[in-house]
Amino acid sequence: MLGRWAHWTAGHSPPGPFRARFWRSPLRGPWFTAVLSVVLLPGITLMFLTGLASYAAYNPNLAPVNDTTPDKGLLGSWLPAWPAGPWWLYWVTQGVHVILGLVLIPVVLAKLWSVLPKLFEWPPARSLTHLLDRASLLLLVGGAVFELVTGVMNIQYYYAWPVVFYQAHYYGAWVFIAAFVVHVAFRVGRLVTALRSRSLIRELRTPLSATRPEPPDPDHLVSPDPAPPTISRRGALGMVALSSLALLGLTVGQTIGGRARSTALLAPRGRELGMGPNDFQVNKTAAMAGIVPVDDSWRLQLRGAVSRSLSRAELLALPQHTARLPIACVEGWSTGIQTWTGVPLADLADLVGAARTDRLFVESLQRGGFSTATLSPGQVRTPDALLALQVNGADLSLDHGFPARIVVPALPGVHNIKWVTRLTFSAG
Amino acid sequence: MTRRESLQTVALLASFIVAGYAAVRLLAGDPVGVGAWFVGSAIGHDLVLFPLYAGLDALLVLLLRRHPAWAAVGGVPWMNYLRVPVVVSGLLLLVWSPLILRLPTEFRAASGLPDQPFLPHWLAVTAALFVLSAAILLARITTKRR
Repeated sequence: MLGRWAHWTAGHSPPGPFRARFWRSPLRGPWFTAVLSVVLLPGITLMFLTGLASYAAYNPNLAPVNDTTPDKGLLGSWLPAWPAGPWWLYWVTQGVHVILGLVLIPVVLAKLWSVLPKLFEWPPARSLTHLLDRASLLLLVGGAVFELVTGVMNIQYYYAWPVVFYQAHYYGAWVFIAAFVVHVAFRVGRLVTALRSRSLIRELRTPLSATRPEPPDPDHLVSPDPAPPTISRRGALGMVALSSLALLGLTVGQTIGGRARSTALLAPRGRELGMGPNDFQVNKTAAMAGIVPVDDSWRLQLRGAVSRSLSRAELLALPQHTARLPIACVEGWSTGIQTWTGVPLADLADLVGAARTDRLFVESLQRGGFSTATLSPGQVRTPDALLALQVNGADLSLDHGFPARIVVPALPGVHNIKWVTRLTFSAG
Repeated sequence: MTRRESLQTVALLASFIVAGYAAVRLLAGDPVGVGAWFVGSAIGHDLVLFPLYAGLDALLVLLLRRHPAWAAVGGVPWMNYLRVPVVVSGLLLLVWSPLILRLPTEFRAASGLPDQPFLPHWLAVTAALFVLSAAILLARITTKRR
């Protein structure tokens, strides 16, 4: 029935973009699309994997407080525990996730441009398979752009969407990847054929004056009535590459930190704050977290087999350990490497008779948001995991978590809890 | 149905099961709101962004076709020396528009940083792109005259 309907409608195409002659760019064609696809295929795969790592890094399966999407079910209950190192692990995975996401935006837009006539394909469905394939494309394109938009808005603190970011971005990624896998599986043959149809080197040597349309293709990407070219293929691809490079160059500094930071002119965390020991980026200020200056009455509550209460002076009297670590944020920026000094979490665990297999529940004076986190036994026992009291040789500033904060290698920024009030070691 | 089509149909249906499982969770908070964002994402480029940039570009191309004398300066066509900086600057604006337009209310309070520099930075980068493009155009004109 669908076939008969398709046959009838084929001869009755509405005007405008539904007619092939509407699309006149001489650059559209399978080779041009394939070049963009061959960038997106590994790029998107890496985005998905680093995204999964980003979720796993919160150790969602260790304790409910760590899980930003507790109703995930089969979409992540199998994720392994996040390790306590190497120290650069989360810095790299999350830096790559955010930077690559930005860099791929021009490529995704170019790809959407290159296949745009297919949106207006007529008849809309030739067969059941074709209809399902087009429905899948809605998930593919909608999912890709939805992920880019939510990600880009989140790193700019622009929470204009109706639900929590984690929920939108994580489940959106699964909707997308389901469509992506089928899309790739059934088009990889076409991709290879199209790539082989022209030589990239020759194309990069072809100026505007010698630019000709690709030969007609079965997918009707090539215009039947091409306009004279106004830009070469290398020019158009170069423009996409230049846009990606601009996004990369103006962002990467906020991830690397140090002297590179000030090159991140448009990124949220591209500014040096000064030369002082505490002059590095703050995720959430004390003022915003509702923290009032803490006085001498502050005591760290330690709970394990026994309970202890320690003043800051008593903590400073314990053997101190120094670790050089960055704190990396889910938003892709990092503090750069800072020198943290404090009491190893393992020592505090021993102080209250905690078992080596105990996990640690951390509570902050902060209310709401990420004010608690549970650390795995491995994270507690790693030598560089600290209850930090000082940074770069000075006391922590209030914005950086005075009187004490957690610093653990490869732990997402928000789990490095500031303004710590209680540490509870337990078997879980 | 060919064998390939049957296989593709089965694969598509299987992918819809996975996507559906995720979509139930994606939409749980606010089905209409999230649904609107998702559909908006699916058609945002094709039905909003594309008509906008393609329309502007078509105007430029049309103008220069009507007045061929305007299309070149010193014997060198300049259209792409305008297109490239416009595209790069436009993309930077598209991506960083929340900060450039100071839309997020939370940024200042969370980071403790002022949010004014983003617009001047974008303008400076845009100016640099145009100056660079003009310099390359000038270099082409000069080499052509020699």
